[in-house]
Amino acid sequence: MKSRSLSLLLATAFAGSLTLGQVSADDRFIIVQSTTSTQNSGLYDALLPQFAAKTGIEVRVVAVGTGQAIKNAQNCDGDVLLVHAKASEEKFVAAGYGVSRADVMYNDFVIVGPASDPAGISGSGDVKSALTAIKQAGAPFASRGDDSGTHKKELALWKAAGIDPSGDSGSWYRETGSGMGATLNVAVGMNAYVMTDRATWIAFENKGDYAIAVEGDDAMFNQYGIIQVSPDACPRVKADLGQTFIDWVLSKEGQTAIADYKRDGQQLFFPNAGEQPNS
Amino acid sequence: MQDFGAAFGQAFALIAGFDPALMEIIGLSMRVTFTAVVIACVIGLPLGAVLAVGKFPGRATLVVLISALMGLPPVVVGLAVYMMLSAAGPLGVLQLLYTPTAMIIAQSILVTPIIAALTRQVIEDMHGEYDELLRSMGSRRLSTVATLLWDARYSLLTAALAGLGRALAEVGAVMIVGGNINHVTRVMTTAIALETSKGALALALGLGIILVGLSILVNAGLMGLRKSAERLAYA
Repeated sequence: MKSRSLSLLLATAFAGSLTLGQVSADDRFIIVQSTTSTQNSGLYDALLPQFAAKTGIEVRVVAVGTGQAIKNAQNCDGDVLLVHAKASEEKFVAAGYGVSRADVMYNDFVIVGPASDPAGISGSGDVKSALTAIKQAGAPFASRGDDSGTHKKELALWKAAGIDPSGDSGSWYRETGSGMGATLNVAVGMNAYVMTDRATWIAFENKGDYAIAVEGDDAMFNQYGIIQVSPDACPRVKADLGQTFIDWVLSKEGQTAIADYKRDGQQLFFPNAGEQPNS
Repeated sequence: MQDFGAAFGQAFALIAGFDPALMEIIGLSMRVTFTAVVIACVIGLPLGAVLAVGKFPGRATLVVLISALMGLPPVVVGLAVYMMLSAAGPLGVLQLLYTPTAMIIAQSILVTPIIAALTRQVIEDMHGEYDELLRSMGSRRLSTVATLLWDARYSLLTAALAGLGRALAEVGAVMIVGGNINHVTRVMTTAIALETSKGALALALGLGIILVGLSILVNAGLMGLRKSAERLAYA
């Protein structure tokens, strides 16, 4: 009787570990290394059940920044890569880690800011002049600072505007080193402008008095690509299942499913598999 | 801050509705945490007791080291376990990354030093009182350890609960090695982090309230068990 509490604890735990063992017994699954924007916007919750119903393949999504997703895939910790930093993706394929890269869908980046609009950029469609105005006003700007696809894009836009914000890091330029959602939360908390992909922004629920300040510049185009991790680089990769997923995403059915996904009546991603990229 | 009111509302709605997704997440949280704490106890209790009664070179260093490891940052443990279990890592063949087992491994590493360090303190205090008695009985060291652990079992429950609290609250390690995959490795803390990043602050806080409630239930349950066990033992 004395050891009742201990044996109960042990019994609970062992029952628990037995159940856990069954999870990995089923091999009909793939791991997709992907970005936070596709997960946080709810896209996968809409797509994956349709794919699973058709093929019986379970897709397990690890949603991290594009930089980390690519790094994880290089370590062979994923079967498919779905991210948004075309230059890095092409480098990944060229280095032999990926079989090939295909366009999946696009949307665009926007700069959102507080209603007070300290840099006076609201309604602008020109990202270069908007960034220049932010710098001149010394208005707070929250950067991802995490080597993600969005961060890379933001740095490219600063460069195109002829501004190097790194010298002002810590004053008006604030690098959060976090994901998109966390950075949006930080920005809203300190009245900072922030660049985000449109999908994450539409789905984001803590907008406060924030609204889109800058949109519609061709330079803010946001292309997503999909890559099969190479079985030559990673012998254990599930190439067949991964290719089945890629084929479905790029098929008419998959592309329609992407186009049909809406939040608040707005389409978040625009499928463009097989088209010539317009940027 | 109307978010607080909304958070309680969300928490209540989720519980009242027996939300299946929530039940799944709670179930996994409990399984991972309890398994990790049991493993940590199996290693930490004897280790702490040996450190308390044993006399061997390097003991003092080991005591300091284990004490210091109580403050292991979860994100560092997560990263180290990721590098071990990654397909590119030395244990990649086991294919454990992004599974609940990987999360159990990471949490066991986090919790073991806590249990070992607290056990050492409890047993050392007790050993001072019992030392003469045990020696006069001619007890050997190994059975001394066993006797002390058994006699200290009620105090050691607190050590286990401290470990449980750490494991239940931790997010940094399980996020990296589990990957927060829906229906596979999503637990309470990673779900809270995800909802926060979606800006769904009320829902995130609601989940947090449920997590605290669970922790209270688990603690109350184990302490209740201890009380009734004590009563039976002395009846």
